Amino acid sequence: MRNLVERITAEVAECAENKYFHSFRGLCVLCGSYKLLTAVLAMSSVVDATAFASDDSLDQLLAEEQARVEVIREFTPAVVAIFDGQGEGGGSGVIISPDGYALTNFHVTAPCGPAMKCGLADGRVYDAVIVGIDPVGDVGLIQLLGRDDFPTAPLGDSDTARVGDWVYVAGNPFLLADNLQPSISYGILSGVRRYQYPAGTLLEYADCLQTDAAINPGNSGGPLFDAEGRVIGINGRGSFEKRGRVNVGVGYAISINQIKRFLPMLKSGRILDHASFGATVATSPGNGVFVDEVLDSSDAYRRGLRYGDRISRFGGRDVRTANAFQNALAVYPKWWPVEVEFSGRDRSLTREMHLAALHQEEELFDLVQQEAAKPADNPRPPKEPEDPGGEEDKPRGKPNPLRQAKKQQDLPEAVKQRYTARRGYANYWYNLRKRDALWDRFQASTPTAPLNGEWTIEGVTAAGLPCKLNAGEDDAQITLPQGVFSADFTGRLDQQQSPPGSGGLLLAVRLWQRLLARGPAQYGEVYYHGALPLASDSQPLDCLVGLHAGVECRFYFDRASGYLAAVDAFSNEWSDRCRITFAAPTELDGLRVPALWRVTSGDREFATLTLTSWRVAAPAADLSEQAEEETP
Amino acid sequence: MRTQTAAKELAAVIAESQQRVVKIYGAGGFRELEAYQTGLLVSPDGHVLTLMSYVLDTDDVTAVLADGRRYEAEYVGADPLTELALLKLPPLDTPLPCFDLSAPASASPGVPVLAVSNLYGIATGDEPVSVLQGVVTAVADLDARRGAAQARYRGQVYIVDAATNNPGAGGGAVVDLEDRLLGVIGKELRSRVTGTWLNYALPADRAAASVEAILTGQTSGDDALLLPEDPLTTLDLGLRLVPDVLPRTPPYVDWVRPGGPADAAGLRPDDLVVFVQSAAVNSCQDVAARLAEIDREEVVALSLLRGDELIQCELAAEPPAEDQP
Repeated sequence: MRNLVERITAEVAECAENKYFHSFRGLCVLCGSYKLLTAVLAMSSVVDATAFASDDSLDQLLAEEQARVEVIREFTPAVVAIFDGQGEGGGSGVIISPDGYALTNFHVTAPCGPAMKCGLADGRVYDAVIVGIDPVGDVGLIQLLGRDDFPTAPLGDSDTARVGDWVYVAGNPFLLADNLQPSISYGILSGVRRYQYPAGTLLEYADCLQTDAAINPGNSGGPLFDAEGRVIGINGRGSFEKRGRVNVGVGYAISINQIKRFLPMLKSGRILDHASFGATVATSPGNGVFVDEVLDSSDAYRRGLRYGDRISRFGGRDVRTANAFQNALAVYPKWWPVEVEFSGRDRSLTREMHLAALHQEEELFDLVQQEAAKPADNPRPPKEPEDPGGEEDKPRGKPNPLRQAKKQQDLPEAVKQRYTARRGYANYWYNLRKRDALWDRFQASTPTAPLNGEWTIEGVTAAGLPCKLNAGEDDAQITLPQGVFSADFTGRLDQQQSPPGSGGLLLAVRLWQRLLARGPAQYGEVYYHGALPLASDSQPLDCLVGLHAGVECRFYFDRASGYLAAVDAFSNEWSDRCRITFAAPTELDGLRVPALWRVTSGDREFATLTLTSWRVAAPAADLSEQAEEETP
Repeated sequence: MRTQTAAKELAAVIAESQQRVVKIYGAGGFRELEAYQTGLLVSPDGHVLTLMSYVLDTDDVTAVLADGRRYEAEYVGADPLTELALLKLPPLDTPLPCFDLSAPASASPGVPVLAVSNLYGIATGDEPVSVLQGVVTAVADLDARRGAAQARYRGQVYIVDAATNNPGAGGGAVVDLEDRLLGVIGKELRSRVTGTWLNYALPADRAAASVEAILTGQTSGDDALLLPEDPLTTLDLGLRLVPDVLPRTPPYVDWVRPGGPADAAGLRPDDLVVFVQSAAVNSCQDVAARLAEIDREEVVALSLLRGDELIQCELAAEPPAEDQP
């Protein structure tokens, strides 16, 4: 009896102190029930667990553990270990489409140059090429090459994430993944919708997720998964300060919903910018957020926002503090439309405003170059760790084959085929490809050759009154119920705002005609911007931006059918744009053209034209035939 | 599915705790001396428990409630031993949510906990403070007396495996999953031997004693333990354990008084006591120590093993002898 007692005592002690201790932690927290913990601790530490195989609570705990194992097993193949060409710097990433697009941090890709080596858990190393970067949001998009069936991780919804949700961090902390297997850590969301001030010159983490799952140097760029294994964020920062560069329970991930908004633009190969509002705000404690300065060149000013106005909602979010306002603003790409509720001076308004760019383009490109010139951040643990009680140095049995990779000037062949350097772009190759694919799809939906020439268009206004438009290369004229208006295009194109109140309808038609006649390669400069919505409550549309004679024009294409959905012409930066929104093309006089035009400028509707006739006179010179593809 | 259910429960506990934690701003702002820390509401009329630190070395200490309301906090007093301080908010119209120090909870190693604090000053205004999860890994004496910067307190603390004790976290809450305050996150302490930062919390009963001492104008002494004057014994419950002959004698029931509370609950000799309340017990001494923390008026929950069967029961002490005829 006494022997038995001693043996059981020893077992209880050992189990409680060592054996089962760590597995309890996850299990017990998960079950959330203290009684269950009590029962299981008692049972598993003293009695053979198999005796309780039928016990529901134990089964539940084991099932939950098994579920975690399954979730990890499912997402692991999509986790990427990124190494720079020399194998010295690097980080983590996650594949989001079978053709190899993977998300990571800008600060991981910046020191790598155009090419990197990516290891997957299957033990294989793939070449990858930079695609696009969002340096302010610290996001980089790369493409792994060599397969069209890469394992992917599904994207989740970070807006529904709540404090206390269980999350997984997967990645390559301290670049430990010499065997290319990701490390997994587990924890809860400690905070959501966090704002982290800009670090250095660029990076600003707004609306980010905070977790106590370990995020260490080298985890940068890797995924934060929700309990179901969906990507809800890209890990990129931690609070360290005096604690040294190791996890202290405070890591931050860029929310995936912000990244989703930027994703089509990342695929454009450009260097992306975030948005600015054109007005600054201050908190009045207990009262909300008030405008303390507004630029008179901003869309906000044109929509009526003034000094002293109180802003109550921005982009669908209540804002009560300047911090909350900045958090709501900083998740938007430049040019995005948002709805803003504001009040003051006996009025209360809800207006849609188009955000401006946060940086001057050249300033942004310079900052990115400076960032890329910095030496790679070495995420490996320090050789003499401050904490001698920490783990022993990682085993280094064989040299890392990645470290023997060649220098970047000597790009791998697969990368060379997909990389074109150009100022303003992370990789111009992707922009050209997107631009031309978009144009091809448009032409399939709307044959452009029959439209080449001078247009004579007749129709009726919303009031049923006749209107007529003549549009040629050098001039245009429109007859509307309110009068006859013309424009001359032989001189400067900027400041062409005829007819008054339209924002430049004739100019917009002229530039559209030019794009149809010449195609994107001959128009002037035309680039693929990504996807932008026409209004804050509508779906993003593919957008080409054309620059010609100092005027910017945006062409929006329906993402499903490829037809032209809208044209924005900006006669100058101080005035509202002219926007023509088109209905889907129909047959008119043997042409395939949009027969319904809605012309707006700012928040004013200028005209709605229903066309009855569209004739094309022979072109002076067939420029479209000369259009050649630009070669990278 | 279970995970989601559990997460919801967790979210509710977190939301409750966050309402009772305040952000405190005061002196500091120099290198490695943050001008902020955390505090706990401990009375409905606005008493705030926090760390006694340089942050309070100013006449302008501001406390920001979870809903963003800001108040000047008045310094009430401090307990030099535990280095806890008590602040008071101005009178408010409505009672505030608070931690109940009159019934401090306790926990033993293995218990899952949440740490709720404004570490690194991440939250401002009405933003919710941060939450970390972990388990109590040990209940041990704090031995950090060497050097002026170290802690004066030398009693037991909860050692936690979450990174609780970060800049600004001091004065935050460590709660169990039923949202009971287990401890107050202490000042930052770093081992001079290993360089390790210690993650620990002062037990809630010691914090309660400090608050009591501050409010009554007496600071607590080294041995001031807040044990009930009239604690439970096994005999009160109508049972006796096996003779305590080993360093860790397994707490087997030796005898059950017929008609007593244990008998009424169906306990029998040779049942092994494995838990008293939420604490795992390995020895007769453990059982005695746990019972000593429980007032005779309270109901105690026991978990016992009989063979491979787990028995859970709640026992109340028999009425005092003098009540009997």
